[in-house]
Amino acid sequence: MTFARKLACIVVVAVCAMSLAANWLAPAGYAKQFREAPSAPPSRHHLLGTDEIGRDRFARVLYGTRISLLLAPAAALVSTALAAVVGGLAGYLGGIWLRMARGFADLFLSLPWLFLLITVRALMPLNVSPLVSVLITFLILGLLGWAASARVLSTSADALRNSDFVLQARASGLHGARLFVVHVLPNLKPVLYAQFWISIPVFILSEANLGILGLGVAEPLPSWGSLLRELEGLLSFREEPWRLVPLVLLIVVMTSFQMLLSNEEVPA
Amino acid sequence: MIGRRSLFLQLRCFTLLCVALTTSAALAQNGGELRFCLRSEPKTFDPLLVDDDSSLSIRYLTGGVLVRVNRHTQELEPELAESWKISNDGKVITFKLRRGISFSDGSPFSSEDVAFTMHRLMDPTLHSSTGDAFRSGSGAVTTKIIGPDQISIIFPAPIAGMERLFDQVAIMSAHSAKKEAAVLGPFVVAEYKAGSSVLLRRNPNYWKKDSQGRRLPHLDSIRLDIQSNRDVEMLRFKRGELDLINVIDSDYFDRLAAGSPGLAHDAGPSLDSDFMWFNQVANAPIPEYKRAWFRSTNFRRAISQAINRDDLSRVVFGGHAQPAVGPVSAANKFWFNSQLKAEPHRPDAAMQRLQAVGFHLQSGALFDKGGNPVEFSIVTNAGSKPRERMAVMIQEDLGKLGIKVNVVTLDFPSLIERISQKFNYEAAVLGFRNVDLDPNGQMNIWLSSAEDHAWNPQQKSPETAWEAEIDRLMRMQASAADLKKRKESFDRVQEIVAEQAPFIYLVNPNALSAVSKSVEGADPGILSPQTFWNAERLTLNPATRASR
Repeated sequence: MTFARKLACIVVVAVCAMSLAANWLAPAGYAKQFREAPSAPPSRHHLLGTDEIGRDRFARVLYGTRISLLLAPAAALVSTALAAVVGGLAGYLGGIWLRMARGFADLFLSLPWLFLLITVRALMPLNVSPLVSVLITFLILGLLGWAASARVLSTSADALRNSDFVLQARASGLHGARLFVVHVLPNLKPVLYAQFWISIPVFILSEANLGILGLGVAEPLPSWGSLLRELEGLLSFREEPWRLVPLVLLIVVMTSFQMLLSNEEVPA
Repeated sequence: MIGRRSLFLQLRCFTLLCVALTTSAALAQNGGELRFCLRSEPKTFDPLLVDDDSSLSIRYLTGGVLVRVNRHTQELEPELAESWKISNDGKVITFKLRRGISFSDGSPFSSEDVAFTMHRLMDPTLHSSTGDAFRSGSGAVTTKIIGPDQISIIFPAPIAGMERLFDQVAIMSAHSAKKEAAVLGPFVVAEYKAGSSVLLRRNPNYWKKDSQGRRLPHLDSIRLDIQSNRDVEMLRFKRGELDLINVIDSDYFDRLAAGSPGLAHDAGPSLDSDFMWFNQVANAPIPEYKRAWFRSTNFRRAISQAINRDDLSRVVFGGHAQPAVGPVSAANKFWFNSQLKAEPHRPDAAMQRLQAVGFHLQSGALFDKGGNPVEFSIVTNAGSKPRERMAVMIQEDLGKLGIKVNVVTLDFPSLIERISQKFNYEAAVLGFRNVDLDPNGQMNIWLSSAEDHAWNPQQKSPETAWEAEIDRLMRMQASAADLKKRKESFDRVQEIVAEQAPFIYLVNPNALSAVSKSVEGADPGILSPQTFWNAERLTLNPATRASR
C-alpha cells in the first residue's frame, strides 16, 4: 500500500471514528438552538461557531458526517445488490434477457434523475420523523442508482458466460443456479466491489445535491447536503472560513475514497 | 501687451466658464444609465396583462397612470388625471385629464385612450388580473367620454376605494400603431434581449418637470439585467456593476451593512407577512382526530402562544422583522388596527389552554383526550431559507410543549398542489407578499368561498359562524363608500382573525434594499417598488460611480 493510500485510509477511519463519537465530542447535540448566539464565530463553547439559528456547527458536522458516511454505503449496498441481480443474471442468461436488461438500464439512465428524485421525494408521506426521512432518502437513492452498475455487471457476466471455464463447466453437466453461484458469481466479485466503492461518493454527492435543493434529510437532522446548503450566500471565503469545513471534509473524504478505490480497481 | 494678455486670459476664462456651464447643464440632463436586476424574465410587456414582479417593475417605469399612490406618504396623488370625483352611490368615477400630453411616439393623449384602456382591461377574453380587481356585481363596466379631457367610468356595483386601483392601470394609446410600445411613463422599452436584459430609455415626450423646470426623467436609461441568482446580484452590486438591489434578504443585508453601512437601507416593517396555518378542509386526507385539533380555536391559539415571535424576528431576520399582529402590517398606516398586539410568547398559558380542552402531558409528550400523540408536519417551500428556519424554530418551540413537529420542505409546484388541490398536508408556513394597501386586495383570502382562503378554501357556505361574520364584514367594507365605516368593518375582521387564529401570523419582514452612493435622490420605502418608485427623479453622480 502506498503512502497516499495509507493516508487516505487513516483519514477515512479518523473521520468515521469522530462521527461515531459525536455524542461525546459534541454533547450539546445537533438540534439544540442557542438562540442568544446565532451565526456566532468559533469559540471555546462552539468550536466551529453556530449556524443561523444558533445550532453548534461542530456537532452538526459530526452528526452529518455520521449520517452521510453510514447511509451512503448502505445505499451503495442496495444499488449494487440490485445491479448484481439485474445485470449479473441478464448477462449470465444472455440473449433476449440481456437485451431487455440493457434496454431497461439505458432507459433508467436516460431519466432526468434530479426531477425523478424530486418527484419521488414529493410523493412521500409528510408525517415521517427525520430519522425515517433520512432512511427513505438514501433508500430512494439506492433503489434508483442501480442502472449504471447493472450495465457494467451485465457486460462482465456476458463475458464470463462465453468464457472457456464456464463452457467447460457446462460440458461437465453443471447448469442453472449452481453454475451461476459456483463459477459466475465469484468471478463477478471484483466488479461488484468496484461498483460498490464507486457508488458511495456518488450517493453522498446525490444526497448533497438533494440537500442543496432542500429536499434531502429532514430538519433538524444534519447531513453533508444540508451543511453544504449553508454555503449559499457566502460571498467571501475570508469572512467566515470556518463555514467551509463541511465542504473541505467532503472533498477530503471523497478524495480519500477515490484513492482507496484505485487500489480496489486493480483486481477488476 | 499686458492688456492683450489680460484680455486673452479673460476670454479663456469666459470660454471655460461657458464650457463648464454647458457641461453641467448637459450632465444634469444627461443622467447616465441606472443598472439593476430583475429576478426573472418579464412575462409580458403588455401593461394590462402584467402578473409577475418583473413585468410589474417594467410597467411601473414605463406606464403612465391616472393617479399614483405615493410610495412614501401612501397618499393618492394626481398624475395624468388632474382631479377625480366619485359619485355618491360609489359606482361612477369621473376623471379630469391633463391636456397637452403625448405618448412616447408623439400621439396625443385624450379621454379616448382612457376609454380604450378600460374596455380592453375589462374584456373577459383578456383574462387580466388587473382587470379582475375592477369587477363588481354582474354587468359590464362602461365609459362615457364627456370631452377630450374628461371621462366617466361606470361600474355595475360600487367598489370601495376604486380610485386607488387606477394606480395599477397603465393607459394605452387608442390610435398608435405601436400598441403597448407607446407609453406615457418616464421610460420606454428600447431593447429586450431574452434571458439577458431589458433596456429602458428616457421617454422624450414625458410630461413631468422637476421643481427647476427641467424635463424628467433625469436618467438617460435604465438597464435591467435578468439575474435570478441573488449571490451573483450581490457580488455585482459590491463590484459597482449594479446601482441598486430592490429587495434583499436579511443575511445579505447584514453582510453588506457590516462592510458598507451607507449602502444598506432598512425602511422598517413592510406590508409582507409570513404565517402558519392548519389544514381545516372537511374532506382533506388527514386523520379525523387531527382535523378536530386543527379546527379547535383553543388548539390554534395555544400553538400561537407557544411560538416565540421575538426570537423569529431576531434570529431568522437578524432583527430586520417585527412580530406580526394580523392580516395588516403596522406599516399600513391607515388600515392597521392599532388596538391589536402581537401574540406574546407564553408557553405556560399555551399549555393551560391545551389542558383545558383535554390535552395532557405523558412522559414529555402531549396527547389529546383520545390518547393520540400530538404530532403533525409543517410544509414549506424548499429554497426559502427564512421560512425553513422559522419552521425549525417553531419545531423546537412546540417541542417544549411535548408536540412533535416534522418539518418538510417541498419544491414549490408540489407544495401548491398539496395545499390548494389535494389538501394533503397538515400545517404550512408560507408568506403573503402584499402590494395593495387597501383590504379589497385581500378579498380573495378572507371570503370563505375564495380559492385563496387557505385553511379551508371554496366553501359553499361558511362552515363556522366567525367565517360567516368575516364574509359579511368584508363584503360590507368592499361596498361602503364611507371610509370610516370601511375601517370599522376591517378593524373587526382583524379582531376576529386574532381571536380565531386561522392564520397564525409570525413576522412582518422589514423592507431591506441596497442603493449605491452614486444614486442621488433615492428614498427607499416599504411599498413596491421600494428603491426606484421615484425613478424619474433619480440622478447618478458620475464621480461617485467612478470611485466605486
